[in-house]
Amino acid sequence: MSNLLQIQNIRKTFPGVVALDDISLSIAPGEIHTLLGENGAGKSTLMNVLTGLYRPDRGEILFDGAPIHFNSPRDSLAVGIGMVHQHFMLVPAHTVFENILLALDGVPLLFSKKKYKQQVQTILDDLELDLDLDDPVWKLSIGAQQWIELIKLLARDCRLLILDEPTAVLTPQESARLFEVLTRLRDRGKSILFISHKMREVMELSDRVTVLKKGCSLVTLKRGEYDENRLASLMIGEDQIPMWIKPACKRDQLALEIKNLSVRNTRGRADLDNFNMKLYRGQILGVAGVAGNGQKPLAEVLTGLKEATSGRILAGDKDITNSTARSSYIAGIAHIPEDRKSIGIAPDMTVGDNLIMKNFNSKLFRRWIFQDRAAIRKNATAKIDQFAIKAGPDGNPVRYLSGGNIQKVIIARELSEKPAVLVALYPTRGLDIGSAEYVHKVIIDGANQGMSTILISEDLDELLKLSDEIVVMFRGRLVGCVDPQETTREEIGLLMSGEVQT
Amino acid sequence: MLEILLDATVRAGTPILFATLGAIINERAGIINLGIEGLMLIGALAGFAGTQASGSLLVGVLAAFAAAMIAGSIHAFITVQLRGNQIVSGLALTMFGIGITALFGRGMVGLTIKGFERVAIPGLSQLPIIGKPFFNQDLLIYFSFLLVFGIAFFFARTRWGLALRTVGENPAAADTCGVPVLLFRFLAVTIGSGIVGIGGAYLSLATTPMWIENMTAGRGWIAVALVIFASWSSYRALAGAYLFGGITAMQLRFQAMGTTMSVHMLQMLPYFFTILVLVISTIRLQKGASQQPEGLGQAYDREDRK
Repeated sequence: MSNLLQIQNIRKTFPGVVALDDISLSIAPGEIHTLLGENGAGKSTLMNVLTGLYRPDRGEILFDGAPIHFNSPRDSLAVGIGMVHQHFMLVPAHTVFENILLALDGVPLLFSKKKYKQQVQTILDDLELDLDLDDPVWKLSIGAQQWIELIKLLARDCRLLILDEPTAVLTPQESARLFEVLTRLRDRGKSILFISHKMREVMELSDRVTVLKKGCSLVTLKRGEYDENRLASLMIGEDQIPMWIKPACKRDQLALEIKNLSVRNTRGRADLDNFNMKLYRGQILGVAGVAGNGQKPLAEVLTGLKEATSGRILAGDKDITNSTARSSYIAGIAHIPEDRKSIGIAPDMTVGDNLIMKNFNSKLFRRWIFQDRAAIRKNATAKIDQFAIKAGPDGNPVRYLSGGNIQKVIIARELSEKPAVLVALYPTRGLDIGSAEYVHKVIIDGANQGMSTILISEDLDELLKLSDEIVVMFRGRLVGCVDPQETTREEIGLLMSGEVQT
Repeated sequence: MLEILLDATVRAGTPILFATLGAIINERAGIINLGIEGLMLIGALAGFAGTQASGSLLVGVLAAFAAAMIAGSIHAFITVQLRGNQIVSGLALTMFGIGITALFGRGMVGLTIKGFERVAIPGLSQLPIIGKPFFNQDLLIYFSFLLVFGIAFFFARTRWGLALRTVGENPAAADTCGVPVLLFRFLAVTIGSGIVGIGGAYLSLATTPMWIENMTAGRGWIAVALVIFASWSSYRALAGAYLFGGITAMQLRFQAMGTTMSVHMLQMLPYFFTILVLVISTIRLQKGASQQPEGLGQAYDREDRK
């Protein structure tokens, strides 16, 4: 069987980072090939090389047996390689039709709207999708947007489809539907390169799996040659996984109560709609839901980054929604934000300065109006030690650190004041398994000492493992509340899709 | 009376209309251009000089388009190719325009040409009230009408228009669809700048057929504000430009009638309204009525890691 695509010894570096070191792999026509690897193993970079966004420093790409060089995405599209990016390449303000139309080949300068609408509609019907072509994309759910990305590729008749962690934003049911379609496409002779770090999906879908680690392709295995344990040990290697014991939450003392809270966003739609929630002392409350259903506004309203339009937030028996107590209450809340690089840290400042950002004004770190550099440095050394941060040389800007270490810097800073409540928004997103386990350990340790955690995550396994209770959000409302000991992934999935309520 | 006022409105609004349309094309591609004032001056001088040298108004208009386009290509090169700061580059372009036209315009001061004359459109110009102001005008005004509809059609109905809008909204999305982002941006900035230049030429070829130093007197800045007011739509640009034309026409009328109000206060009116318009449209933007291209002001670097 001749290969559709063959990649040989690809290397790609960015200033200061070797993203891809030495990658080789091949893809046959009509197969689903999975790229498996931890975050930072180079999966996304490799994909961007294949779609012509990045130019490799070294190495060869053969398509249909002939060497090929991509100067832009235009070139890779021309031979029939298309990709669904992890960050959608859609224009929210444009309609569904306009987004798809731009991806079509050979549309004349003056086109017949009717004819092309029909063409797109045929694809929608084929996939049994119910989408209005004239709706602007921003109105659609994330899941629907993912379909549009896929349709863009199908409309072009791509021979190789690349999907970069497509299930990250889908409910389990939506994922199953996607896999069904992908399998159908494979049977029609299309090749699919599927990127994931979720073992379950890999086992279900792949014909072959290639494991990446630290920018190198380790091994390619056929179906039957691998099982979950083998893949996991290949992917993680000798990373240490810390042990911890999860305490039982007594639910005696209320830490936080949210009553009928609503937040409206700039487009006038509700981000949070009549939201109710109770958080006990020492409790780890998991919040599940498809991204974009109000999790971020919830975190922001609790940490004072957003104003509530109505409803109340009670801490103990005090109403702190709009009172002056709010600022001092917010001071007792730690926040691990979603976007760690743009909100969590000041990337160009040093590790030491980032560590005191929350209490820079404290007497500990200043003398009169001047900074006490010696104290700041001492604090940095202590924290770097305590949290095992790989911080590099003294005075290193935070942005040179890896994602896991940046997260540790944020955690070290946020927990330094012994907060009562921790609001963690996707705290392990994009982290390697070792760092993710570290974050879990911090949350559990905190719970042991009476800290309450609101853990917002899209990783159901993480939620099931850590939480005392899981609530599910849909369109800004709390639609369900389940016990992690008794629930199933399917039940949570149905709640996430908004089809049932408990 | 109303007819005369409307006529003056259209004539005062047209240079601003051209400038706003040109700026809209820039910003739809995601590039902020604060060089509008400078480009207008360059267009005004080039238009006057071209006509003066050749005796042909058409040559003058083409010269204005070409000169402003060349000046705009500096901005395009800095912001698109080099990914420089769009605000700084645009401000520099305005200062460059003011300086260079003052320098080369010295020899033109006091010269005269025969400017654009009115050409009545048979039939339409006989309509009551709107006939004369809109259809008994010069050719450049008719051209501006065509441009308003042409640009709206281009953006809404052509593939290139869609591609250009996508480039301004999300350049990465356009890139992955195979649209040459940098080329589209470069062309949008240069062609848009050329249209701004025609706006300048209207001043020196039609409004007052002569060259006066700094004759745009801030109209370029009004256009910059109008782009936001018009929410990047060419139809609303037409309405906005005539609103300002109307204010200018009215204050001139007041002056002619000899009111007791200070001339300076009257002359201030259009600029006062610019501030007002900016305040109102900014409030509207915050309320979410935004049509602002999402990629506005952001340079596109394909290998930038996000």
